[in-house]
Amino acid sequence: MSNASLFDLAEGSSRRTGSPPVVALAGNPNTGKSTIFNLLTGLRQHTGNWPGKTVLVSSGSYYYQKQEYQLVDLPGTYSLLANSPDEESASEFLCFARPRATVVVADATCLERNLNLVLQVLEITTSLIVCVNLLDEAKRKKIFIDIKGLEAELGVPVIAAVASRGKGISQLKEAIKKMVEGKTCVQPRSITYDPEVEKALQQIEKQIAGKGGAFPVNCRWLALRMLEGDAGLLKKAAEYKNLEEISVWGQNLPKP
Amino acid sequence: MGAKPAEAIEAGPEIIRGTAGSQDLSDRIVQTLYQEAELIAGKVVSKKAAGVDWDRRLDDILTSRLWGYPLMLLLLGLIFWITISGANYPSELLTRAFFGLERYLGQALLWLGLPDWLYGFLLLGVYRSLAWVVAVMLPPMAIFFPLFTILEDLGYLPRAAYNMDNLFYRAGACGKQALTMCMGFGCNAAGVISCRIIESPRERLIAVLTNNFVPCNGRFPLLITVAVIISGGMVLKAGSITAAAAVLVSVLIGVTATLMVSYFLSRTFLQGMPSFYTLEMPPYRKPALGQIIVRSIMDRTLFVLSRAVIVAAPAGGLIWILANISYGDTSLYGCLAAILDPFGHFLGMDGIILMAFILGLPANELVIPLLIMGYMATGSLEDIHSLAALKNLLVDQHGWTYITGICTMLFSLLHYPCGTTLLTIYRETGSFKWTLMAFMLPLITALMVCGAVAQFLYLF
Repeated sequence: MSNASLFDLAEGSSRRTGSPPVVALAGNPNTGKSTIFNLLTGLRQHTGNWPGKTVLVSSGSYYYQKQEYQLVDLPGTYSLLANSPDEESASEFLCFARPRATVVVADATCLERNLNLVLQVLEITTSLIVCVNLLDEAKRKKIFIDIKGLEAELGVPVIAAVASRGKGISQLKEAIKKMVEGKTCVQPRSITYDPEVEKALQQIEKQIAGKGGAFPVNCRWLALRMLEGDAGLLKKAAEYKNLEEISVWGQNLPKP
Repeated sequence: MGAKPAEAIEAGPEIIRGTAGSQDLSDRIVQTLYQEAELIAGKVVSKKAAGVDWDRRLDDILTSRLWGYPLMLLLLGLIFWITISGANYPSELLTRAFFGLERYLGQALLWLGLPDWLYGFLLLGVYRSLAWVVAVMLPPMAIFFPLFTILEDLGYLPRAAYNMDNLFYRAGACGKQALTMCMGFGCNAAGVISCRIIESPRERLIAVLTNNFVPCNGRFPLLITVAVIISGGMVLKAGSITAAAAVLVSVLIGVTATLMVSYFLSRTFLQGMPSFYTLEMPPYRKPALGQIIVRSIMDRTLFVLSRAVIVAAPAGGLIWILANISYGDTSLYGCLAAILDPFGHFLGMDGIILMAFILGLPANELVIPLLIMGYMATGSLEDIHSLAALKNLLVDQHGWTYITGICTMLFSLLHYPCGTTLLTIYRETGSFKWTLMAFMLPLITALMVCGAVAQFLYLF
């Protein structure tokens, strides 16, 4: 499935009522993301013990309590900041397609590295659910994770899961449902960069605020990307309605 | 786009230029994120002093300079050996069952009062080819694929890739190519798609063009069958160990070809320096056995078999017709094979084998059925003991020697990618030129290697 059609799908879901809400599935490679995707959608997709397995963005749907959900499996990435094609498409999708809920699957055995991605996603969207997977393996390695504590730190729902044995899947479905229905109270952790970066961010945000028109985007994320000198994402913005201005603005940024 | 963005353009670079001072801005942003992650992890993750880190220990052995390669070869060799020694018995059983059924089927067809030509077409053409394909291909696949999937699920393949990284670096290619190569063992088309994990376009093209050199699902049955035939009695009596070694050696030849052609490409058409990357070692996992069996049987074995069967049945019929329409003294099929025969002999094979490879372009799974059909059309099968019968057909009736076997294996290993893979390459590269290259490069390699090996061996 090409990216373009995925964007249509996501845009449609936020506009037309009746079409299923879109839920994005992100995460580092090899965290059991594809296993969770398969468990939810029942689509057959081979999941092996590979780094970087899901190269194609695939999507499937599932029903939970008579409501259909469209699940989009993003490529496994360690970050949304660097420039591999996989990271670009994941970041682009989260930023512009604006899924109604985003699930980040995290590997309990190396949570710190996975949290980097969680925090980056949190900069883009606050409709976030963190699914800490592979808890059985963590336990085997004598690593324990305070799920409630993590929830308090991040300010978004955190689900404990052992996807290989189907544990935590029903809780995840419930959390997605509540998030999509707007019944989840999120108090997302806000990240404060050093004063100089913050000042620049605010200034850029002021410049691009409101330029999205009827199709608002996360200005803080765009501003962050601009500070990073990523013009690619901004060029992509031109492909979406009402974002030409931002794109033009971004094209003239100096290269870092 | 009126005046507004213009103002913004003026202000934008200003802000960034003003702040980009001593330290790169993006570094500072990333640093903040990392610190934040560290902070949170420090609060919620507690780690008890673990005893022995088995993963680490195992990694130290499996990826060590000394033991890495020998263990890799041993594991692969073991899998081939289990496959070969385990496949014989079920294969024999299946053949007996099929040919037992053939008698009843024949009687039933005669009872229906079918004309002779239709009887021959259906029973000797369609049914026999089906029976052969299933009996020869099913047992090795049903053993090999689950074993390979276990290796994949354990997390061994990334370690193998890690071992080979240095070799690919020296060949001027990306180390990740070792991963895409491993994917190619499953299916070359999947291997070609997996090349997307390589970021540099130059290295991605090298990986795409050389993926064909690892034998895929569709070619393993041929390699295994031919290895069994040439080692089981023709050269030595040692049997399955020799056969496993032969398959292992052909895989090694494939890897060598991959490296050499990669080196050639990175010095000629696709020059450049190899790039760096990080390869994460996923933790070892206990494979879910039930899932593996279901998946490898459903996704791989039955997939490959059904592709072979779907084409084998009509192809069997077609070849039977070609073999029974006479042109002068010989059949049409015999004529076509005869045209190719001298060329085939030059390459250490014969016309029938070349015909099978040419007609097998749509899918590699077809080569065995086409080969069997080709020979059966010009011979007959009296003995019914699976591989032994096949050996009788090839060796005793059609004069196969160990040279024929070796060259057939080499050609199968090196020749052009199948139709599906070529189509995938076209989609991935978007270029007719590179697709043609992906076809010609292996073909030229195969012709050169087979020609050289055959001419050398003919000397003795």
